[in-house]
Amino acid sequence: MSALDLSRPPAPPPQEGEVEQRSLVPVTLAYLRRTPAIPVLLVVVVAGAVAFGGTFLSVRNFASMAVASSFLLIISVGMTFVIISGGIDLSVGSMLALGAVLAAYSARWGSGPAILIPLAVCTAIGLIQGLLIGKGRMPPFIVTLAGLLFARGLAFKVSDDGNMTHLIPEGEWVIKLGQSTFLGVGLPAWIALAVLLLGMVVLYRTRLGFSTYAIGGSEEAALLMGVRVVRVKLVLYTLTGFLGGVAGLLVAARSSSGLSTIGAGLELKAIAAVVIGGTLLSGGAGGLTGTLAGVFLLGVIENLINQIGTLSYYHQLVASGVFLIIVVSAQSLFAKRELRRAGRVT
Amino acid sequence: MTAVTSPVPSVSSERAWRFVRENGVYIALAVVVVFNLIATPNFASLRNVQLQLVQVAPVVIVALGMALVIGTAGIDLSVGAVMALAAAMVAIFVDQSPWLAIGMGLAAGVAAGLLNGSLVAFLGIQPIIATLGLFVAGRGIALAFTSGRLVEIFDPTLAALGQNRLWGIPIAALIAGALAVLMALLVRRTQFGRNVVAIGGNARAALGAGLPVRRVLLIVYVICAVYAALAGTLVTARSAAADPSFVGLLIELSAITAVVVGGTPLNGGKVRVLGTVAGAILMQLVFSTLIRHDLSDSDARMVQAAIIIAAVYFQRDRGSK
Repeated sequence: MSALDLSRPPAPPPQEGEVEQRSLVPVTLAYLRRTPAIPVLLVVVVAGAVAFGGTFLSVRNFASMAVASSFLLIISVGMTFVIISGGIDLSVGSMLALGAVLAAYSARWGSGPAILIPLAVCTAIGLIQGLLIGKGRMPPFIVTLAGLLFARGLAFKVSDDGNMTHLIPEGEWVIKLGQSTFLGVGLPAWIALAVLLLGMVVLYRTRLGFSTYAIGGSEEAALLMGVRVVRVKLVLYTLTGFLGGVAGLLVAARSSSGLSTIGAGLELKAIAAVVIGGTLLSGGAGGLTGTLAGVFLLGVIENLINQIGTLSYYHQLVASGVFLIIVVSAQSLFAKRELRRAGRVT
Repeated sequence: MTAVTSPVPSVSSERAWRFVRENGVYIALAVVVVFNLIATPNFASLRNVQLQLVQVAPVVIVALGMALVIGTAGIDLSVGAVMALAAAMVAIFVDQSPWLAIGMGLAAGVAAGLLNGSLVAFLGIQPIIATLGLFVAGRGIALAFTSGRLVEIFDPTLAALGQNRLWGIPIAALIAGALAVLMALLVRRTQFGRNVVAIGGNARAALGAGLPVRRVLLIVYVICAVYAALAGTLVTARSAAADPSFVGLLIELSAITAVVVGGTPLNGGKVRVLGTVAGAILMQLVFSTLIRHDLSDSDARMVQAAIIIAAVYFQRDRGSK
């Protein structure tokens, strides 16, 4: 698809006939057009401030939003990598549930196992998915769909077929991972921030990151260039599995329990956040700043809907669905204009 | 696996491999049926066959529409939500006339399909995201119509539709069969069907060749949504209640699984109608077999995951190394 190199975040190579030194303003404007999530986020925040004033625009509310969004952010970082590589991972929601259940279950042996076991199991499942997708050359959609069923099944099995919710015993320090605060903001938000920053370094500054873009742009070309496609895919799906485990562990620590039903549909939310953030599902383009904006946009919307308070559960669904359609439509219209401007589409 | 290990595959083993690859779903279905005939008491009883048919009918119907969408290299996540919408419509209009209720259910399907199709065809939004909007909102709208409640339905016509049998076969299964035949004719015998396959193979080339790509895509999503709406109406009729919270919940995953296990590749360019029906029946039989043999629900899910992987692994193109 011809749009690919247009929306690549690390300074795109200058097009033919374009002046080398572009001033900051048009570059920024072009970036914002590709990532409408950022201006839309600003609009929504201003609208929220006008409508609800101090109750919305308070440090406390933003801190709580940051924590509430942190689990989705962690998962969306992995999802961004996978989608840029041209793949998808549907298993992350189940993986989060499995991570949470295993963390709560293993807490009976202490905090160390409560951290290590969920991370190890989720990473292992991610690795198996990576093997099937990379070495087995099977479609990621179907492999991770099976992963979704498998991880949820395992989470249910550990929870006595869903009849039981394991609790983390009081006094285990693993709980602090989810419940303590630093500078007034909950620890999960800081961990998510660290994951995001690490992800940015890897994506924009390392060979793995470049390979990810290359595979998403054209797998054959990447192969010809000597990119180790199989190995990169293996690493990426292992990474999403691991991050699913991290998010699950934090959820368990935050709630002191592992609920086997949580995280259902979270994979779609993460995909939505990534796409709203300007990463194309066709692969090869996109980035993590957009994903951050996408995650926060979803978080702010949810927060605003909660502020209204009287809105019933199903009206919230309608609002988020309609909003999603509006954002992706706007994004697609922007992208089309951008393409036309570049003279690539008739 | 002999074809893989032998250094120079003989013609016959190559051919055998190909046969397995192309007919894997039928072979697997035969294996499951034979296993059940031997190991499951009362499997061959009329009652059980009728029960299985009634249970699988909605999945078959939804999967048929999904197969058409997947044939264009698309996907429709909103089918479950469309089922809920149709159920809500039936609940609202059934007091006036059951036929009006069914008609309004289908109309909801047309509207949903037009929305999905427009987003995909005219705005060029990726299908998974375009249909995600309705996936989230559709169930909400359906719940808003019924004020978030389950609505019981007492209507003889709908009850007959959902529970009666004709020549011993449940009407729901007959409808699913008719819809399968209709879909097969559409795909194999019409210009529209050829266009669908062409678009799935290469949308850009299809556009270049002057095919009405946008119109075909729009119609494909409408057909898929109408099939889903029919499935929603049938489920509502069978259970004598419209329950927008749960009708069609997660059916998009079962439908996609049925399509893929049935041999339709996710990257489009091919629609296997009979394979899709077999895929849906296979997954249903596997699940009910596992439950009948005292595996827990969670074990059954994990076994299903393994079967999906195995099915797709054997069907994948071995192609060049």
